[in-house]
Parts: sequence; structure tokens; C-alpha cells
Amino acid sequence: MNGGAARALLDVRDLKVGLPTRRGPLAILNGVDLHVKEGEVLGVVGESGAGKSITGLAVIGLLEPPARIDGGEVWFDGARIDGLSGDELRRIRGARIGVIFQDPLTSLNPLYTIGFQLTETIRTHMDLGADAAEKRAVELLDEVGIPAAASRLGAYPHEFSGGMRQRVVIALALCANPRLIIADEPTTALDVSIQAQIIGVLKRLCREHGTAVMLITHDMGVIAETADRVAVMYAGRVIEDGTVAEVVRNASHPYSHGLMGSIPTIGARIGRLPQIRGSMPRVGAVPAGCAFAPRCPEVRDLCRAERPVMMDGKATSAACWQYSPRWSDTAAAAGGAAADG
Amino acid sequence: MTARPATGATSGTAPGTAGRLLGALYRGADSDLAYSFRRNPVVVTAAIVTLLYFFGAAFADWLAPHTPFDPSTLSLGDAEKPPAWIEGGDWSYVLGTDNQGRDIFSTILYGSRLSLIVGFSAVIFSVVLGVGLGVTSGYFGGWYESVVMRAADVQLTLPSILVALMVDGVARAIFAGTDIKTDATFAIYVLIFAIGISAWPQYARVVRSATLVEKSKDYVAAARVIGIPSWRIMLRHVLPNTMGPVLVIGTIDLALAVITEATLSFLGVGIPPTQPSLGTLIRVGQEFLFSGQWWITLFPALALVLLVLAVNLLGDWLRDALNPKLR
Amino acid sequence: MADTPLLQVEDLAVHFRLPLPVAERAMGRKPKVLKAVDGVSFAIGKGVTLSVVGESGCGKSTVARLIAGLYRPTRGRVAIDGHDVTAARDRTRAIRRRLTMIFQDPQASLNPRWRVRDIIAEPIRAFGIAGDARETSRQVDGLLEQVGLAGADGEKYPHEFSGGQRQRISIARALASKPDLILCDEPTSALDVSVQAQILNLMRDLQDELGLTYLFISHDLAVVHHMSDRIAVMYLGRFVEVAEAAALFASPQHPYTRLLLETIPDLGMTKRDREAVAGEVPSPIDPPGGCAFHPRCPHADERCRTERPDLRPSQSGAGGGAVACHAVEEGRLPPAPAGEAADG
Repeated sequence: MNGGAARALLDVRDLKVGLPTRRGPLAILNGVDLHVKEGEVLGVVGESGAGKSITGLAVIGLLEPPARIDGGEVWFDGARIDGLSGDELRRIRGARIGVIFQDPLTSLNPLYTIGFQLTETIRTHMDLGADAAEKRAVELLDEVGIPAAASRLGAYPHEFSGGMRQRVVIALALCANPRLIIADEPTTALDVSIQAQIIGVLKRLCREHGTAVMLITHDMGVIAETADRVAVMYAGRVIEDGTVAEVVRNASHPYSHGLMGSIPTIGARIGRLPQIRGSMPRVGAVPAGCAFAPRCPEVRDLCRAERPVMMDGKATSAACWQYSPRWSDTAAAAGGAAADG
Repeated sequence: MTARPATGATSGTAPGTAGRLLGALYRGADSDLAYSFRRNPVVVTAAIVTLLYFFGAAFADWLAPHTPFDPSTLSLGDAEKPPAWIEGGDWSYVLGTDNQGRDIFSTILYGSRLSLIVGFSAVIFSVVLGVGLGVTSGYFGGWYESVVMRAADVQLTLPSILVALMVDGVARAIFAGTDIKTDATFAIYVLIFAIGISAWPQYARVVRSATLVEKSKDYVAAARVIGIPSWRIMLRHVLPNTMGPVLVIGTIDLALAVITEATLSFLGVGIPPTQPSLGTLIRVGQEFLFSGQWWITLFPALALVLLVLAVNLLGDWLRDALNPKLR
Repeated sequence: MADTPLLQVEDLAVHFRLPLPVAERAMGRKPKVLKAVDGVSFAIGKGVTLSVVGESGCGKSTVARLIAGLYRPTRGRVAIDGHDVTAARDRTRAIRRRLTMIFQDPQASLNPRWRVRDIIAEPIRAFGIAGDARETSRQVDGLLEQVGLAGADGEKYPHEFSGGQRQRISIARALASKPDLILCDEPTSALDVSVQAQILNLMRDLQDELGLTYLFISHDLAVVHHMSDRIAVMYLGRFVEVAEAAALFASPQHPYTRLLLETIPDLGMTKRDREAVAGEVPSPIDPPGGCAFHPRCPHADERCRTERPDLRPSQSGAGGGAVACHAVEEGRLPPAPAGEAADG
């Protein structure tokens, strides 16, 4: 929104998350790099186990022990926020970073009315009196499209349907006018027709308020509709980063390319869906070199030996050796072997 | 319950939230039963103690220096000897003797055997009864389930000691006059029944609720679609998946059964003094407590406490170790 | 298509009575009735895939479970290859063998304590398909390979496999009795997209190879579009539209079908703004009178609020389509939105 100079509001650098076990630490995130600019919607997409939700939790300091941040940095609005104490993080969450989880029921306390939860959150983070807070609560509910908002303040979460609850959660996340919202699978638990409504609400509000969003989901369709930019995650790393249109139509990384192809679409009916063979390696069993190498149609010796860093691909950046000058060297060296195999 | 199917059509379940993923990872890597066992010295000690008891009970015939139940080997001259390390003690009676000259150590070995036999049998009895009623009532539901569960409720309102006393009294009344009554083995059967009958409701409840969970899972539906008979589904599919909590309760119940047995015997309605269990020993001994022969009651009591403590610790550990896997 | 369809369902319905708290029962209140499926009729010919699509709670899974014999229908009739199997006693072993089911959650549909080999062998043993243990084992190996696993995988337990592999095991079990009809209850909803593609491809390959008939239950229109020959759209226990797959996507008739098509997040339409879709699915316990969709329907009038529309052959829809809508019947509806049709 603020011109081309949009600096990174959230900057995650080489984030590593591990789970200590008796067989040594299990690496869950192997160095995640991503950033969200002011007012931008970043979609973080990946299959289950790719580490996308863990990334979101790590950023806002909600990792559940014994999982912990093993390395890397998280910068928010020019300040480093990894390693902050629980209290300091709590002040940032809610006030400057809003959070929306998949299941609206876990975000709402069933024992309190919607109005109480909203006003309480508002008054925690903003300097408002009881009346003003209530007025703001009604405004927020109005904004997220809850009909007759003023009369619903006294209602309990169970009196709302799933879609309405998720609207309330969005209102809660927006309470203190945060700069960034982290939304973890916000529509996954909802029906398709409700999903569309919630995506619409989220999109509209973030545009109106200029809030940046980190939208974590496995649903490429949701990303395509909502996000400006996409980070594709695979086996605990970001392996592709680019604008939505480019990633959808012209992905650089063979994994993203395969992923986009394997999504059934309405349109020309094809006999077989393009598929990626195999499945993502389990945490702790990620191969050395490129994690995608065992499934990759383009794989060469270099891929198995060394882990690629992000480099400029076709129109996006991708962690793939294809876009390295060294690729042609390996092609000559390993071409014959590959043909035999 | 019948309404569940309609809501079963949830669309688009999430492929795993982060919390669940972490939990699963942590469980897979860390709460391996063997590992948590090795890591815990208290539990290892408890297991060793329990095993020693089993061993001592099983091989009492060889291990015991004396045969306390053979009147011909007893001599009143050896009666009320103190433990060996006290003046007047005799090293062939390490822990001393009772009023009839029986070696306390040997009697403890045989007594533990009796206590463990009664305890185990009672637990097995209540497990078979409780699990059987639990799995069938959970699986079939309807009025049968209501009857079983209300019966369990009623049973639970009665303290187990009271139930055992009632059963014991009724059995004695019924068989009064017949010569079965005096038989010590008959007393054991009555005890097993009395203790076992009071414990079944907890198994029935736990297994019933676990059955309700398992029954709604699709592997049971898959078996039903191909027409596997109900009894087979219960036995082969549902039952094995409900056994975790039963194992835990069973272990803790063993300790409880041993205590109940001891209590009943102490009250004089359990095992007759001719074939003393730990409880009987304590009762016999406490008459001498104030006349100075403390060892007759103290050592059997310590033996009982140690056994119950060890088994309880094992049960507690088992519950904690298995719990995250119980969903 | 053969004279007798492989699966024939007529006016199938199941009503669940919701248990009331004792206090309310004592006050003489009548238990509420949930009409999960309320009069559904269709037929599937051999080798055809019919999909039932709808939102959660519409009763689509219940339809599959009724046909599988997991619930007793309140009314209606189910026939397999002309044999009436509505009553449980009519489900002979020979009939049961011909019909199997694949479930949504690959975690819950395999017994965690059984080896994969035993899971797949269960139907073989139940129907006495193999003569002896060696033949059973040989067939299990064959099935495992057929679904893309190795024979050695049979020795493992389900938790050692990924979600997609577990679903392959489910499919192997479903194939074990050499069935004609497979009821697929959201078979890929719990899977990741790249794995979903593998499973969908496998299912279509198997259909071509073995001439299988699928009743495919899903909430995902894109998947349904990919898999089906015919599609039935379900709303609150009833079919509102049935049509050939291509026709349904090219010219959806019922307003609800149009709504569903409108809500598909489509990869092509980056950043388009959504037309706000009003309302949510009402509770199936107290469905609206008349046409159940009328509170959400932009074209509802007095007739829609009072009179329930029946499924009637639609004039415009080609290929034996049928719609349950007064507005369509009266020609009150604007023609189908052209945007979707252009692609088809």
C-alpha cells in the first residue's frame, strides 16, 4: 500500500526448529527464510508435515515445548522477536500480530460471551473505557459481517455456527488493529460455501485496514484467490518464493510445478492427473542434499550431494540446482549415468 | 449415538495441525515403554521387588527354611522366638517365630503366595466379567447397555469391603452345616469371588467407553460391510484396542485386591489361620503386639506394605507411560 | 448400459431419532428426528462412476453407509444387480462380496493392531476366496502390488505408512473380495494434493482394468469433476440436481449447484473478488419447509417456501439431467452463468 518501498514487516531468517529426543534432536524446520511486506498477503503453502504451521507458531512464540527454536532470527517491524520472554511476546501478539487458528472453537472460550471476550481483548491492548470498547466490539462484528451485531454481544460461542464463529475469531484478531495477521488454515474446518465467505471477509478487511497477512494453508485454491505472494514449503524449508500468478502458472521448482499440476481443476477433463511419485520424507528422515531429490524427475548427482540455496528461477526464486551455473557442469558429468538409471 | 452418522460427513478435514504433529512426533520418539522404564529407577526397583515376590511365592517350597503348615515339624519350644539379631534369637528363624513356633520368614513366603494367588485370581475374575460386560454393552447398546451400566453404578455405591463381607457372609450362611465350610480352599474361592465381584464395574465402564470410541471407527465399519459376525468383530477388532487401560487398572487393582484380602483375613472372614495369608498373619500377630512379640505382626505387615507399594508404583508408571497413547 | 443397473436405489431414507435428556423425556417432549437422508433415488450402471457431492451434514456419506448396510433404512429400497438387499437378511455372502467400501480417514479405517497382511486377507478369508493359506498369501501380495506397494509391506503395521500409503492399503482391502461396486466415502479428503492425485489416478486405473463401478462421495467439486460420469448434488438429505458430469459443469440448473460452482477456489482466477454468498446450511434437524434451499436462494418465491419440489427431468439439461427446483421448472431462472461453461 505504501508504494514500492515496502520494507519487510516480518522477516524470518534461517529459522530452525528442533525437537530434542533421546535419539538426538529432530529437525522440524531446516532453515526457513521468508518475509512479509507491509500490507501484503503472503501465502505459505505446503503439504502436511512440511512445517508451515510450525513456522507460524515459531514466529509468534507459541511453539509447544519440548519443541524449540534452534537457530535463525525472526524480525518484526525492525526488532528481533525470537528469544523474547513470554510476557513480551504476549504483548506483541494480539496488539501488533493477530492470530487466527483453524478451529474457531479453540480460539474462543466457551464460558464467556462473545462480547466479553471482544471487549476484554480490546481493553487489554487499547486504552479504551468499557463503553468505547463495547462500541468498538460492535463495529468489529459489523465489519466481519455478523448480522445484528449489537444484539449478539451477549451470545456464547456455541450459539454461533462454524462460519460465524470464524468471523468472530477474525474480529478478535483485528481488535487492536494489528499490523500483521497470522492465519493458520483459517478455512480448512469450514464448508466450501462458507470458506468462500470467510476468505472474502479476510481479504476485504486486510485491504481496508492495510494489515499484512501470513496465510498458512494446504489449499492452493485459497492461496490463489487471496495471496499476493506465495512461499512453497517442503520438508521444513521454503523451496520457492514468488508472486501467486507466477508460482501457479510458471513454477520454477519441480516440486511446486508438480504440486500445481496435481490439483484437479474444473475445465478440460484429462485422463490422468500429473502426479509426483512417492511422498514427502518424514521429519528426521530428510535426505542429505535436496530434500526433493528422491522424487524429482530432473534429479542429478549434484542434487543428492548438496543442499541448494534459493536462487533466481524462471520468474520466481527457487531452491533448485537447475538455476545454478553448476547445473550444466553436472549435466555433462552425470548425464550418462542418469540415462542409465 | 444414533445421530452420529449424519454429522460424520465432515468435509475437508485438515491434514494434521501442528500441535498434533508435534505430539505424535514426541510420542513416537520418546515415550517408548522400555525407555521410560529404564529411565526411571523407582520403577525398576518396584519391578525387581515385585518379581522377587513372585519368585518367592512360586518357589516357597524350596526357599522356605521351614514348613510352617506341617504341625509335626513345629515345636512349642521354639514358639515366640525373637528375630535372630535380638537376644534369644536363633539364626534358623531369621525373623523369629509365632506363638505356635512357626518360622515367620517361611510363613511370609507362603502367605505371600496365598495373597498373590487370591489377588491375581480376583483380578482375572473381575477383568473377565468387567471386560466382557463392557465390550458387549458398548457394542450392542440399547437396553442391555442400560441394565449393565446401572448395575455397575449400584455396585460402585457399595464399598468393596462391604460387598466382600456380604458375599462372604452369605456364602458361609448358605454352606453352613455342610462340611465344605471348614475347607480352607473353599474360603479362598469365596474370597476370590468376593473381591473380584466388587471390582468389575471399573473395567466395564472403561472398556465400554473405549468400545464406543473404537466402534465408531471405520475399521469396524469395514469389517461390518463384509459381514464379519459381531462376536468376531468384538473379539478380534475392538477388544485388543481397548486393552491398554485394562492393563493399567488391572495392575493397580492387584495391589488393591491383595489389601482387600489382607483386610478380610484380618477381620477374620478370610483365610483361616491354619493356612495363613499375610492378612491372617497380621491378625494373629497383633494379639501379641502388646505382650512384646512385635515381630509376629510387624514383619508380615512390612511384607504386605512393600508388595502393595511395589505393585502400585508399577501400575502408576504404566498408566503414565501408556496414557498419551490412549487418545 | 445393461438392462438392470448394478446399483438401484429407490426413495431411500433414514431418520435418526436424537436421544433426549431424561428430564425432557419425562416432561413428555418428543425426541427430535434428524432426516439424514430423505428420499433419494438413483441407479448406477456397470463400470460407471456416480458422484454425490454436497456440503458436510447433507447426508452424502450416510447414503453410502446405507447402501453398505451399515444403517437400516427408514424407508426405500436398495437393489444390487436386481437383488433386493434392503433388509440385512437379504445380504447374502455372494452379494456382500460384490460391494465394498473405502473410507475417508486412512488412520481410522485400518485396525492399528493388525498387520497389513491380515487386514487385506480379512475379506479373502471371510468369503473363502482363496483355497488355503498359501493362496491367500499369494493374493495379498498381488493386491499389494496392484495398489503400488510391495509384498514385504504386508508384514508392517498401519502406523508405519504415510496417509497415502494407508489409503492404498484400504483400496487393496476393498479389492480383495473381487467386488463390482466400490463405495468411496471421501477417499482423498484427508490426503495432500500430490498424494490425492496418486490415489485418484490409481482408482481410475483400477476402474479401467477391472471394470469397477464407483459411488464416489466428495465435497470437492474439482475432484468430482475429474472422477465422475454422472453427478448428484445433495442438499439437506435430498438430491437437488442429477446430471452428466460435463452437463452439470457446463450448464448447472439448480441455484444451489450454481452456488457451489461459484465457490470453488480456482487456480486460474487469481485475486478475483467473490460474489458474497449468503447464508449457511441450515440444521438438518429443523430443515426449512418447502424447498430446503429457499432461505439462501435468490430466486425463491411463495411456492418455494411452501411446496417441496420433486426431482424432475430438466428440459434444457442434456443427457438425462434432473432438477428439483420450481424456478427451473417455471423458467424463472436466468440461464446458467457462462463463465464456467466456456472452459468445459
